[in-house]
Amino acid sequence: MQLSYEKSVPGRRAIALDPLDVPEAVLPAALCRKEPAALPELGELDVVRHFTRLSKLNFGIDSHFYPLGSCTMKYNPKLAEAVAALSGFAHLHPHLSTSPAFWKHCQGAFELIHETEQWLAEIAGMKDVTLQPIAGAHGELTGTLLMAAYHRDRGSKKDTILIPDSAHGTNPASAAIAGFKVLEIPSHEDGTLRLDSVKAAMNDSVAGIMMTCPNTHGLFEPAVAEIADLMHANDALVYYDGANLNAIMGIARPGDLGFDVMHYNLHKTFATPHGMGGPGSGPVGVGERLAPYLPGPRVVKGEDGFELRNLEKSIGRVAAFFGNFMMAVRAYAYMSHLGKDGLRQASENAVLNANYIFAQLKHVYEPAFDLPFMHECVFTAVPQAKKGVRALDIAKALLDRGFHAPTVYFPLTVKESLMIEPTETESRETMDEFCDAMLEIAEAVDSDPESLREAPKTMPVGRLDEVRAARQLNCAC
Amino acid sequence: MTWVPSTAAERDAMLSVIGVQTIDDLFASVPAELRAKSWALPAGISEMAVRARLEKWAARNAGGVTSFLGGGAYDHFIPAAVDALTSRSEFYTAYTPYQPECSQGTLQSIYEYQSAICRLTGLDYANASLYDGGTAVFEATTMAVRLTRRTRIVCHASLNPIYRSMLETHVANLDLELVDGESPEGAACVIVQNPGFLGDIEDFTALAERCHEEGALLVMSFYPISLGLLKTPGEIGVDIAIAEGQCLGVPLNFGGPWLGIMATRKEHVRKMPGRIAAATEDAQGRRGFVLTLQAREQHIRREKAMSNICSNEALCALRALVYLTLLGKEGLRDVARHCHSKAEYLKKRLSFAQILNHGPTFNEFAVRLPRNAEEAADALVSRGFLAGLPLASLGAGEPNDLLIAVTERRTREELDAFAHALEEVCN
Repeated sequence: MQLSYEKSVPGRRAIALDPLDVPEAVLPAALCRKEPAALPELGELDVVRHFTRLSKLNFGIDSHFYPLGSCTMKYNPKLAEAVAALSGFAHLHPHLSTSPAFWKHCQGAFELIHETEQWLAEIAGMKDVTLQPIAGAHGELTGTLLMAAYHRDRGSKKDTILIPDSAHGTNPASAAIAGFKVLEIPSHEDGTLRLDSVKAAMNDSVAGIMMTCPNTHGLFEPAVAEIADLMHANDALVYYDGANLNAIMGIARPGDLGFDVMHYNLHKTFATPHGMGGPGSGPVGVGERLAPYLPGPRVVKGEDGFELRNLEKSIGRVAAFFGNFMMAVRAYAYMSHLGKDGLRQASENAVLNANYIFAQLKHVYEPAFDLPFMHECVFTAVPQAKKGVRALDIAKALLDRGFHAPTVYFPLTVKESLMIEPTETESRETMDEFCDAMLEIAEAVDSDPESLREAPKTMPVGRLDEVRAARQLNCAC
Repeated sequence: MTWVPSTAAERDAMLSVIGVQTIDDLFASVPAELRAKSWALPAGISEMAVRARLEKWAARNAGGVTSFLGGGAYDHFIPAAVDALTSRSEFYTAYTPYQPECSQGTLQSIYEYQSAICRLTGLDYANASLYDGGTAVFEATTMAVRLTRRTRIVCHASLNPIYRSMLETHVANLDLELVDGESPEGAACVIVQNPGFLGDIEDFTALAERCHEEGALLVMSFYPISLGLLKTPGEIGVDIAIAEGQCLGVPLNFGGPWLGIMATRKEHVRKMPGRIAAATEDAQGRRGFVLTLQAREQHIRREKAMSNICSNEALCALRALVYLTLLGKEGLRDVARHCHSKAEYLKKRLSFAQILNHGPTFNEFAVRLPRNAEEAADALVSRGFLAGLPLASLGAGEPNDLLIAVTERRTREELDAFAHALEEVCN
C-alpha cells in the first residue's frame, strides 16, 4: 500500500484554523526553522481512507482469535472504552494535582486512583499499590529500584538478582537497567524451578529473585513458598512478575505466597487494550518490607477528601503523574463489573480453556512438559521440525487459516516452542475451529510440507526479508 | 457479572474432554496451604451501574473551564478524525506486530510515524516511541552513557523539574553522576529543553558545538508543536532529541497515556532503545514493513539489552501520526503561529504583573503576580479559568509566580476575559 507521503498533493489541506484574531507575532529568524516540516498534504477523506485501509491490514481481537501465549489477549470490553472517553477524565489536566489549590477540582480522579489501588492490593494480597509504572517492564524497573532502596537503607551491598532461565527477557533487562548484576538459574527439566537450584546460587550478594508464577511454561511453581522463605532468611527479596496473574485470581495471591513486590499488567489481566503494543500499564504492589519506599506522590484519604502525600523514604517519581491513568479507568470498570465472583471465574475459565485446547492437541503435538498446565499450554514442534516444518511455518500457516499465531520461540528454554493462551473470553466453537486448523496443519506436515513453508499466501504480503531490513536500514522516508 | 461466554453445560462438556470432574481439579497443582487467604472484594455490578459510578466521578473533576495550564502538557485542539480513526478496533485491539504479515497496518503506521518525526526534527532516525517525555529523558541518558562510555550527566536549568526528579529516581542505583549546569567537560551528555520549562526559547547551537568539542552529546527535550516554527534539533546539532508527544492529538488523560518521542543521528541508531520499524520486501518483491534491529532489545539480549522497554505507546503514536497527517505541512505551522501570537497578545494584556522571561518565548511564559499564585488560581476556577501552574508548588519559583500557557484554542475574547479576571483577583 502507498505511503501517505506518496499520496501528498502540494497545497492540499485537511484542517483550516479560523483567521488569527490577534496581531501576528513574529519570532527572530535566527530562532526559526528554515523550511516547514515536509508533512503530507492531503484532504480529510484522503487521510480517512488511508488509515481505514491500513487498519484492515491488521488482525485484532475483535476480528480474530489471538492465542498468544504470555500475552493474555482477552476481549477488551466496550464499556471500558466508553468510560475512558468521559470528558471529565480524558480532558483532565494532571497539573491539577500539583497545587493543593486545585485538589478539590480533581477529587473524582483521586478517588478512582485510590479505589483501583485498593482493588489491586486485595486481588494480589499486597499492602499497597502504586499506579505510576507505565508498562509491565516499567513496573519491573520500579520494583527492582524499590528492592535497591530497601537494601541501601539497611546499609547492605547486595547487588545480584537471581532470575530463572524461563523468565521474560524484561526481567534480566529491568534488573540490569536498575543497576543489578543478573544470575540466571536453570529450570529443572520438568519445567519448574527447584529449591536446590536456587540454594546453589544463594550467597550474601543476592538481593532477591524475580519469579513468574505460574511460570512461562504455564506451570505453577511447587517450591515457590520455600524459595521465598530461603530469600527472607538471607534478607533477600522476592519479586513477582504478574504476567500470568490471569491464571490464579481468587485461587492464590502473590502476597500469600511470600512475594514482597510485584507488577500487574493491566493490559493483560484487566482487559485494557494492547493498542498494537502499547500503551500498557504496570502498577506495582508491595508488602510490608517495601511499602515505605513507594514512588510518590501518593493519593491518600484526608479529612477534606483525597490529597497527595510523599512518603519519607520514597524512591521519588517514576512517572510524571499517576502513570497511564486512563488504563486504570478501564481496569476499574472491568474489575467492578466482574467483582469478586467474576474475577475468579475469569481465571477458572482461562485455565479451563487452555486445558481444553491442550486435550485436543496433545496427541498430535508434543507437550513440552508433563506437569498440568494452567492458563497456557506449551508444545515443542521439534518432531515437525525434523520433517522440515518449523514452529515458524506452523505460525504462518495459521494466519492463512484466519487465526493469529501462538507465541513461537519463547520461552527460550523450549526448542521450537508453540505457546498457546486462549484466555477465558473465547467460546468453545472458536477453540474447536482453532484446534481443527492445528490438526489439519499437523497432517499437512506429512502430506504437503511445502505449502506450510510457503505460508502465508492470503495475507497482504508474504514472509518479509528481515535480513535486508536490518542491512539496508530504511526506517523513514 | 462476566465476559466469559461458556455456559455451565459447555463447561461440563469441556471438562469431560479434558478428563476431569470439576474446574477445581484443574488447580490441583496449587497446594491447599498456598490458596488465597482473603478475597474480600465487592460483588460485581452491571454495565449500567459501572457507567453511573464513573460518570459521577468524572463529573467531580474540573470541566468546562478555559485552560491556561501547561507545564509539559497542553490543551490543543484534536480534530474529530483523530478519534474516529484511532478508535478502530483493528488498531486498538491488535498486539505488538510480531507476525508482520497480519500486522502491516501497525507496521506501516509506525514507519510513517518515524518518518513524520524525522521530518519534524530534522534528524535521521526515530524509534517507534517510548512511554512518555519524562522516561524519554532517562532512556536518552542511558543511550548517551552507552555511546560515550562516560558517567557524568549534566542537567541544564531549562529542563522540566519533574523530568529532572524522574531521572534522579531512575538512576539512583547506577554509578552515574548527576550534576546541574551546562559544562560538557567530561560529560556523557548535557540535557537541555527548548523551549525551557519557563517558556524561554534558547539557541543551543553554540552549546552543541561545545559538547562535540568535548566529546559529549547534546540531548534536547523539545515541544513538538513549537517545531512548526522553531529551529529543528537537526539544525541545532542535537544528538538525541526527545519529547513529550501529548500535544500531537493525545488527550490530557490526567497524565497518561502519553507519548515519548525519540530521534537521533544516523551514527547512533544502533544504540537507540525501543522498537524500530523498517521497510523491506517479500519474495515477490512487494514492499512490506517489519520490526528491525531487534538484537538491541530485551527479548533477544536480556540483561545486555539497550533498554528493558518491551512496548511502545503505539496507539498514541498513531494518534500523533493521524494528527500530523491531517495538519500537514502548512497546518502545523499555522497551529504554532496561532499559539505564539496569542501568547504574545496575552503577555501584553498582563501589565499589572511582571513577566519573568527576558528573551523570546513560544506559547508559555512565567509571570510574578501582585498576589499569591495559588490563591489567585483558586479564585479563578469559579470564574471558569484554570489560570496556569503556580510555580512554587514544584519548587520552580516564588509564591507569586505563575506559569501560563496559551494554545490555538484560546480566542481573543477568552484572552481578554482572562486578563481582566486575573487582574481583578490580584487587586
